[in-house]
Amino acid sequence: MDNVTTVGHAHADHEHEMPFWQRYVFSQDHKVIGIQYAITALLFLLFGFTLMMIMRWQLAYVGQPIPFIGGLFGDANAPGGIMLPEFYNQLGAMHGTIMVFLGVVPLVVGGFGNYVVPLQIGAPDMAFPRLNMASYWVYFVGGVVMLASFFAPGGAANSGWTSYVPLSVIATQGQTWWLVGMTCLITSSLLGAINFIVTIVQLRAPGLTWMRLPFFVWTQLVTAFLLLLAFPPLEAAAFLQLMDRLVGTSFFLPSGLVVSGQALEVSGGGSALLWQHLFWFLAHPEVYVLILPAMGIVAEILANNTRKPLWGYRAMVYSVIFLGFMSFIVWAHHMFLTGMGTYISAFFQTTTMIISIPSIIILSAFFISLYGGSIRFTTPMLFTLAFLPMFGIGGLTGLPLGLAVADIPLHDTLYVIGHFHYIVAPGTLFALFAGIYYWFPKATGRKMNDLLGRIHFWGTLVFMNGVFMPMMIQGLAGMNRRMYDGGEGYQHVQDVLHWNVVMSWSAWGLGLFQVFFIINFFLSMWKGEKTTNNPWAATTLEWQTPSPPPHGNFLSPPEVHRGPYEYSVPGAATDFTPQGQRP
Amino acid sequence: MEIPYTVDIRPDTGLNNVKLGIWLFLASEVMLFGGLFSSYVLLRVGAEAGTWPQGAEILSVPLATFNTIVLISSSVTMVMAWASLKLRDLSKYKLYMSATVALALVFLIVKGFEYADKFSHHLYPSESTFLGIYFLITGLHGLHIVGGVIVNSYFLLPGVKMWHTAPERFTNRVEAAGLYWHFVDLVWIFLFPVLYLL
Repeated sequence: MDNVTTVGHAHADHEHEMPFWQRYVFSQDHKVIGIQYAITALLFLLFGFTLMMIMRWQLAYVGQPIPFIGGLFGDANAPGGIMLPEFYNQLGAMHGTIMVFLGVVPLVVGGFGNYVVPLQIGAPDMAFPRLNMASYWVYFVGGVVMLASFFAPGGAANSGWTSYVPLSVIATQGQTWWLVGMTCLITSSLLGAINFIVTIVQLRAPGLTWMRLPFFVWTQLVTAFLLLLAFPPLEAAAFLQLMDRLVGTSFFLPSGLVVSGQALEVSGGGSALLWQHLFWFLAHPEVYVLILPAMGIVAEILANNTRKPLWGYRAMVYSVIFLGFMSFIVWAHHMFLTGMGTYISAFFQTTTMIISIPSIIILSAFFISLYGGSIRFTTPMLFTLAFLPMFGIGGLTGLPLGLAVADIPLHDTLYVIGHFHYIVAPGTLFALFAGIYYWFPKATGRKMNDLLGRIHFWGTLVFMNGVFMPMMIQGLAGMNRRMYDGGEGYQHVQDVLHWNVVMSWSAWGLGLFQVFFIINFFLSMWKGEKTTNNPWAATTLEWQTPSPPPHGNFLSPPEVHRGPYEYSVPGAATDFTPQGQRP
Repeated sequence: MEIPYTVDIRPDTGLNNVKLGIWLFLASEVMLFGGLFSSYVLLRVGAEAGTWPQGAEILSVPLATFNTIVLISSSVTMVMAWASLKLRDLSKYKLYMSATVALALVFLIVKGFEYADKFSHHLYPSESTFLGIYFLITGLHGLHIVGGVIVNSYFLLPGVKMWHTAPERFTNRVEAAGLYWHFVDLVWIFLFPVLYLL
């Protein structure tokens, strides 16, 4: 190993020749860009979560001044520290937007995808390094625009993360900023998606055939296709809405629209449903953009910590491809409430039931993979194990929503919020935490602290459920979502109102336990226990190079001789056989 | 550090990175314009009977026909420019590439006259949904033409230096620019009948 690290240092010396800004700021190295993406996205996740923690005060203690920080928001938002409904709407819309488009997607694709995919396929970098850099910076600009929108007259966008028309067309200026920001984010995803597909198709190391690809790479490939093909229609929709707002067209404004008692002076003749179709044509595949790479992370960590091959690898690969195709023809199940005809809703509920099959195949394969393994309960594995039932709850609670008859009474209730948060929060976010704990040694050469990791895990698990399980209860009792007063004004939900306090304290508890993660992250970066190049005894290619990998990734061009998960092969010298090991 | 297959073709996929990349980009462009054309269809079928005008009543079919011929010609010169590079004839390449850029500029000028004529008759996007979608789709298409002009001018003037150091790579780049250019033409071929004739 010694001579390997020396060569690594030689590379590192070479890197020192580049000035700081080129090495760390405008870098074209996929590893640096991946870390830039990851840190930016983690900050946005924290920011988006903070917005929700502020909202939860209003929901639990309606009309009471926000303690400690209430004075910071100014009289326009919270006079005397008491949140105004307009401010509440901004927080809700921006929480959704930030978590999805600025937090999870950039972390899961831009962060993990960028850092891990080229390493796992044995490539020296992404296929188009300059495009990769551009993709990050366009994302960054999009994020700045979104943040700046809070200071626009009337504040940030306040028509929900879905920006339904005609409400969003007549909304305050923040909505225009939102549309501009979204256009940047869409462009960034587009550049990234092209780069990922070309990289995976073209730059696989010799011998790395399709069925030898780690499952994580497969999920990134399918995700990239979703981003490539589903996002542009939303870009089209954003242009249409911008025209409506700025030029005075009425693509989304029906004839005879009356706003605050005044007939709107527009030509009319537009369609409000058109926006919903264009939006959900993106936003349903977007759900799979959020979950598929998370499944990929889970697959890697599961195989590594059960010390056995994934069960049903091929079935999982075919399932993920099928999921990708199907995700394009289920979007209107978000729109059953619009009064669509029974033939159309029958079509979309059928496709929705069909798409649940491959998801269940993948989840079942994960569970069966556990069977007979001697499980190592490492911190990443704890998050991975928790992902399985949490994603299961999220998925299964979604089935009633896929059927029009059950969806119509449930759709506008907190049940829907509970359902999709189970998929994205204790689902995707758990996989992301698992991924951070798992690949942190690769990126830094140091391990994250195990004790802090375990405290973070258990606190997060308990409080996540404390936040989202009561939503199901309230939703089934018929409590509407998006309520500024937390449902207080509704007679029929008085029995479940007390859950608001439980949920809010759980949210703040959840915030408290993230402190352990933040401390762990920075502490371990500088003070963490130093590790070897392959601390988890893993098989895939990213572990066959120094930690952190040098510029160009590999000391000699890697070759692949076997599948990705050859753990505990009978007769092998160790309980793992690296992909690059000659037969 | 060298990225593999930037110029050479990877044997098992039969592609180099540039060509795969540009095709993927065009796929996303299909979805972008597809979204707009679908919106056009939905808005038109959803319009109240008799409110949606025939394109030819408002727009100038002769000018658009002329522009169609201009764009198709520019596609031809674009192919010729690439073919000249394949034949290692740089002066012919410059000639054909200049013609491509010039034709694109002619298209934009004609389009500008069309827009100006509409505005002078107070026909703004806010006038009707038809005019709104007309200005949006043709405007976005026009921006794509502008993008093509910038890229092609780059390969005509400063970018041509690469011909002397890496001719094959340069030829590939021009081919990719050409694929994009044909796509932009193709959008017009759909756009012309949909907006002007139907």
